[in-house]
Amino acid sequence: MTPQRHAEPCMGTVFSFDLRAPHPPEGTLERVVGWLHQVDATFSTYRPDSDIGRLGRGEVRIGDCAPEVAEILALCEELAEATGGCFSTYAGGTLDPSGVVKGWAIERAGAMLREAGCPRYSVGGGGDIRLGRAPEPDRPWRVGIADPRRPGELAAVLTGQDMAVATSGTAERGAHILDPRTGRPADAGIASMTVVGQSITLADAYATAAFVMGESARAWVEALPGYEAFAVGVDGSTWATSGLGAGDPVGTPGARG
Amino acid sequence: MKRAVLAIIGTVCGLVLLLSFKTHPAAGTGAVATTGAGADPGAAASPAPSDSAASTPGTGSGGSGGKTRTVTGDTVDTRWGPVQVQVTLNDGKITKVQAVQLPSDNPRDLEINNFAVPQLEQEALSAQNSQIDMVSGATYTSQGYIQSLQSALDKAGK
Repeated sequence: MTPQRHAEPCMGTVFSFDLRAPHPPEGTLERVVGWLHQVDATFSTYRPDSDIGRLGRGEVRIGDCAPEVAEILALCEELAEATGGCFSTYAGGTLDPSGVVKGWAIERAGAMLREAGCPRYSVGGGGDIRLGRAPEPDRPWRVGIADPRRPGELAAVLTGQDMAVATSGTAERGAHILDPRTGRPADAGIASMTVVGQSITLADAYATAAFVMGESARAWVEALPGYEAFAVGVDGSTWATSGLGAGDPVGTPGARG
Repeated sequence: MKRAVLAIIGTVCGLVLLLSFKTHPAAGTGAVATTGAGADPGAAASPAPSDSAASTPGTGSGGSGGKTRTVTGDTVDTRWGPVQVQVTLNDGKITKVQAVQLPSDNPRDLEINNFAVPQLEQEALSAQNSQIDMVSGATYTSQGYIQSLQSALDKAGK
């Protein structure tokens, strides 16, 4: 059976689907994609009439918004707390939960596919990925980690299943990650920070926070149960937390401390 | 330390069996981890699980540090059959979980086990020969997507 692939522009980026047999019933992917656009309409900071736009301007209260809005905002608070303030939905000064929304939507989209009978799915949104069961019984998913310094090249390949992979970096959009503690672009020597774990929502927030933290992120992620990190420094050096070691690496500079 | 490791193995056994509940649809031909660096996933499909028991998989990946060790637990009888698990530790942290013995009527268990811990490979990394399914990277815009590796992969699969 050939993989069922689809790319859908949404939320200012592109969502990629890779579904392996058994495929979901006809119409499932359309339903998932329709749902993503609905989420975009609710949370877009670019559409003045979105719930989040009106909420940010104080025109409506949370209770007047779609029920997902309260869920997302609660999640944002949890994530800010879990990252010691290194992740914030107010980093740019205005309410912008879009980082959380994307991860949350990827997670939900994956769950929808699984529940529809497609356990071997992969859903990516702008570089963050949630993967279900292995694509084939005899091999795991292979996720390329983009090399932040050499466009089109990979810095590493991650294999596994039932995992989420999120990468934060400046390569694609310029210095767009603000340090919520200073309000200025993060400048901690990291070019790209990848976090692996179960939840894409958490992995995404952790990756952003770890990017902001820089070198100290290594100890921080080591202490997070179930999450691992792989970092590329602006000087080209790399490190990985110990749980990612086994496959490995000929010469990961400094990875073993 | 030995006791701690055995306790971990006990937990892992529990996890393996528990996970096998979550995942249903059958139809598989056995499972082998193909996480070896540079291994061609398509070519490596040998059905013998013991083939993949190497704690540092990888052709060409020379010696990695000396703190890696592999521990094999006792066989435990469960109501699904005998279970035996091998754990690879690096600096005391589990980096790989491998089923040495599992009830043979459920090949899913092997699959789950062999891929349980994400692995990182850092060699032979041109996108063309790495056989990747997806790409993780800094968030791209819909403009940036056009030039992205992910875009190439999405097209390739159609």
